[in-house]
Amino acid sequence: MVRPTRVTNDIRRLRFEHAEMTQAELADKVGVTRQTIIAVEQGRYSPTLEMAFQIAGAFGVPLEQVFQYPDKE
Amino acid sequence: MSFEEKNTWIYGLTAVLGAAAYAVIVGSQIPTTPVTEIDYVVPMIAVIVGAIVLSILAIIVVSIASPSEADKRDERDRQVNTRGDQVGFYVMSVLALVPLGLAFAEAEHFWIANSLYLAFVVTAVVSSVVKITAYRRGL
Repeated sequence: MVRPTRVTNDIRRLRFEHAEMTQAELADKVGVTRQTIIAVEQGRYSPTLEMAFQIAGAFGVPLEQVFQYPDKE
Repeated sequence: MSFEEKNTWIYGLTAVLGAAAYAVIVGSQIPTTPVTEIDYVVPMIAVIVGAIVLSILAIIVVSIASPSEADKRDERDRQVNTRGDQVGFYVMSVLALVPLGLAFAEAEHFWIANSLYLAFVVTAVVSSVVKITAYRRGL
């Protein structure tokens, strides 16, 4: 499947590093549905900047530790 | 599947069910009865109201089945909805030209009303398909 966004993320790794936080727990912290967290994690949805900051905040890390964007084509 | 995605399925399916019921009731009369003699108004109102009632009931059932997810809506749902509604708007804008043309040509009310109803159904289906595709494949 073609990923609709070039933004990659480390949410899955970060969840496991934070006491194996479930997708539902992260969704509750961020205030979105579990399906949206799944979509972001799988690269099917590129979140707004606000939501991206909220996800990073839920893990207590800077934004660039959660989301990455390739420098070159 | 999120609550909003379930709602999208319900909206699209009830539109199709209503149209199918209408096609059976009214469409089957077209080959044998002159259109001026077909009573299409009551069946059309009945299937439109029926589809609305059915979708409300289905949403209530879905809400009862998973109350924690009921009425939860986030930014992704809003973006998916906007995209589906935008495509639906363009489809409706083009399809509305058919009843307009029929009215200009002074066609029977039957054809004008039915082409407009078909436009609504096609718009509902296309908009639902766009939304479900966005949910499944991504925005």
